Amino acid sequence: MTARIGVVTFPGSLDDRDTQRAIRLAGAEPVALWHKDKDLKQVDAVVLCGGFSYGDYLRAGAIARFSPVMEPLLEQARAGLPVLGICNGFQILTEAHLLPGTMLRNNHLHFICRDQKLRVENAETAWTSDYTAGQEIHIPLKNIDGQYVADQRTLDTLESEGRVAFRYLDVNPNGSNNDIAGVTNEAGNVVGLMPHPEHAVEPLIGTGRTDGLPFFTSILKKLVNA
Amino acid sequence: MSRTPLDTVEHAAATPDVELPWAELGLKKDEYERVVEILGRRPTGAELAMYSVMWSEHCSYKSSKVHLRQFGEKAPENDAMLVGIGENAGVVDVGQGYAVTFKVESHNHPSYVEPYQGAATGVGGIVRDIIAMGARPVAVVDPLRFGAADHPDTKRVLPGVVAGIGGYGNCLGLPNIGGEVVFDSCYQGNPLVNAGCIGVMRHEDIHLAKASGAGNKVILYGARTGGDGIGGASILASETFDDAKPSKRPAVQVGDPFQEKLLIECTLEAFKEKLVVGIQDLGAAGLSCATSELASNGSGGMRVTLDDVPLRDSTLSPEEILMSESQERMCAVVEPEKVDRFLEICEKWDVIATVIGEVTDGDRLEIYWHGGKIVDVDPRTVAHEGPVYERPYARPSWQDALQADDANKLPRPQTSEELKDQVLKLVASPNQASKSWITSQYDHFVQGNTVLAQPEDSGMIRIDEETGLGVALATDGNGRYAKLDPYAGAQLALAEAYRNVATTGAKPLAVSDCLNFGSPEDPAVMWQFAEAVRGLADACQQLGTPVTGGNVSLYNQTGEAAIHPTPVVAVLGVIDDVARRTPVAFQEEGQLLYLLGDTREEFGGSAWSQVVHDHLGGLPPKVDLERERLLAEILIAASRDGMIDSAHDLSDGGLIQAVVESALLGGKGARLIVPDGLDAFTFLFSESAGRAIVAVPRSEELRFNDMCGARGLPATRIGVVDGDTVDVQGEFALTLSELREAHEGTIPALLA
Repeated sequence: MTARIGVVTFPGSLDDRDTQRAIRLAGAEPVALWHKDKDLKQVDAVVLCGGFSYGDYLRAGAIARFSPVMEPLLEQARAGLPVLGICNGFQILTEAHLLPGTMLRNNHLHFICRDQKLRVENAETAWTSDYTAGQEIHIPLKNIDGQYVADQRTLDTLESEGRVAFRYLDVNPNGSNNDIAGVTNEAGNVVGLMPHPEHAVEPLIGTGRTDGLPFFTSILKKLVNA
Repeated sequence: MSRTPLDTVEHAAATPDVELPWAELGLKKDEYERVVEILGRRPTGAELAMYSVMWSEHCSYKSSKVHLRQFGEKAPENDAMLVGIGENAGVVDVGQGYAVTFKVESHNHPSYVEPYQGAATGVGGIVRDIIAMGARPVAVVDPLRFGAADHPDTKRVLPGVVAGIGGYGNCLGLPNIGGEVVFDSCYQGNPLVNAGCIGVMRHEDIHLAKASGAGNKVILYGARTGGDGIGGASILASETFDDAKPSKRPAVQVGDPFQEKLLIECTLEAFKEKLVVGIQDLGAAGLSCATSELASNGSGGMRVTLDDVPLRDSTLSPEEILMSESQERMCAVVEPEKVDRFLEICEKWDVIATVIGEVTDGDRLEIYWHGGKIVDVDPRTVAHEGPVYERPYARPSWQDALQADDANKLPRPQTSEELKDQVLKLVASPNQASKSWITSQYDHFVQGNTVLAQPEDSGMIRIDEETGLGVALATDGNGRYAKLDPYAGAQLALAEAYRNVATTGAKPLAVSDCLNFGSPEDPAVMWQFAEAVRGLADACQQLGTPVTGGNVSLYNQTGEAAIHPTPVVAVLGVIDDVARRTPVAFQEEGQLLYLLGDTREEFGGSAWSQVVHDHLGGLPPKVDLERERLLAEILIAASRDGMIDSAHDLSDGGLIQAVVESALLGGKGARLIVPDGLDAFTFLFSESAGRAIVAVPRSEELRFNDMCGARGLPATRIGVVDGDTVDVQGEFALTLSELREAHEGTIPALLA
């Protein structure tokens, strides 16, 4: 018995096949979802992957947020369905108000692609339980609209409730408030982050590290043990 | 409404005396007369538009053709070649049923006028060439050349070009795995923006640009056609046909990477369902090119109704529609019963698709507009039978003086302190400095198959997850060497790319090139071009790596000042298992450093002569292709059998540049000993070709030495990976942090 994890492809999604590979390498079964799907094919969890959905036109994630698939996704996520948003997926989740805050253009105004050091701040979410709190990991980061911002009250809430899931270490690559790289919702089933764990799952490929694999083993364990 | 009557074929025949603006469209008088002779009447406006763009230098290769033939005539026997020169891109067999297509193109002139869009649409164009072969694009590379790094205009051009490449390529989901960035004042008004792409497919998926089978439908899909990218058509439109239009339109196209991403996915889905008989992308010369090439490569003729072309601007004239270079468009030939399914797939991806014509059983290309026939030509005369020029060429009068100005006689450092200062100056110079400020603006992780990316010697992509089969691509070119001797310079570019592929452990298979030169109307430039082509063709023959396709960019010159002749050569290699790849970075302390190859006093065109003396003269390093082949065989065998843990090719900047790069990337220093028979200066700065450094684990030393000895490749132990300095014993030591500051600080300081 394994878990079925959906990966949504929007027009302009780029890392859908990479995310499916990461899910497979973790031992779960990836299920392709199309943005026009009106149901989630009974998957146990969903990943919104990276890319430039709708060319990032208007604002990153702003158009994809209205895709048909988002309707059942929002409903089920509020009821506890685990959802992970990576990069553009994180942007879509903030546009859909499943996660607080928003992303602005990087403070240096350039696209940046680098192997980024992070600290796992919350190892109790559905997607981070295979890490330990305080663990330092390296995950590739690649975006132009990655500067996480929120109003002070939201930031205070996130900090006091332990909802900052990941923080940038050594370098804040884009000017994000409080060095925030990723956040979780209150229930811990919805997590979003700008770096790309699906690009750090094989020793030979990309940065040569596998620090991203625990995202996918965390959710698998949670679903299989549930 | 237009007051002039529609210029149909009938009208043209009846009004032989109407003057057409052929000169404004770039045709020479004899070329226009040849068109009249072919047609047996004056051309219609639409026909003139087609001939003028298709017979342009860019599309017809009229100045270069007579020389380029050598790539075919001297092509080595090579079983791997599946599709050769003449198609959108060449295709090579890489084993296990996979075929790889790759090509390098230029987008030089537009990138100077409008750096962001020029560079972005350059990426878009080469990617469509790759899709048109039936392949999924898997990586891009960008060899770039700019004016002096500290020139104010470089700060306008470079950031725009880099942002354009990133903005377009990143949005397509293509990892950028290689390329070059070179600065030289000769490129000040003529930056070179070359773009390469690799695509992968199964053998049975190869598609060709031809329209066959009478009754098959011609489908135009992708973006709507607009007035962008029309050069001469505006003149044609405003002077001859209609005074009421906007007269000048931007000559640089505007890219929409999102549309292109949809085009990729939608095309690949159509291929997967075997819906496509023939396909062509719309690039230079737009519909003129696509229709005439598809028709002339197929067995029949073609009839097109231009009224059915979806337009962005309803006031466009038929001439403008034919010449428009609007981006993100493709043309497919589809059997009638498969048209519905094809259109359905396009709709799924929100791509506009329209049947604009069909293949006929005749041999004419006929185009209709408002019910009148405005084009009736033999498509071959448009696409393939353009003018061919034997341009005069002559060795320039200054060549002898340039070669006599020997760089080996330049003053050399006299003390260890001076030597150390020059090393620091070299690794910090714009050409030798780290380019990570630029390459970090490109995504190199997407698709999850990137094994190696810049600053590695070549980019490497895994193409099969089960077996680990992979391909490597390196692009190289050294305009300084080619200026000193274009024949040798082209060969050195090939040798370097070949070596770079082998250094990573891959076997070099095939070549694509982008030949960037000045004006072909200058006999000196034409001589450089002829020499470079001859050199490259000879070297490809000797190394057994055929040229599969490429691109020529001429007229890279402002006034009398041409760029250095700059043949950029891309070499594609294959590796059976990417797990065996060899990286540049030092891996482990204690490993032994070996220098492979012979080091001679060769400083002509060198980075040292440029950085320390601002000098260009003498002769470039000696070419020894048999040595290159042997070195490559050793590097590949050593990587396959686990005898080396890191390797770096030696090229511009010499040995010290390579050691510093390997040390900084690995975060581990090196102790170096100057070998017997060499002075420290020559050891560190010489640019002799056919060399590499490798790091050998102690347990492998005997085996590695035996192999080199048995094969007759000079291998000299020069030191050990150790500590946190680069220590040239008896001369100087530089800490990694000093070196890092020098090497990584330059480009951000100039451009950020």
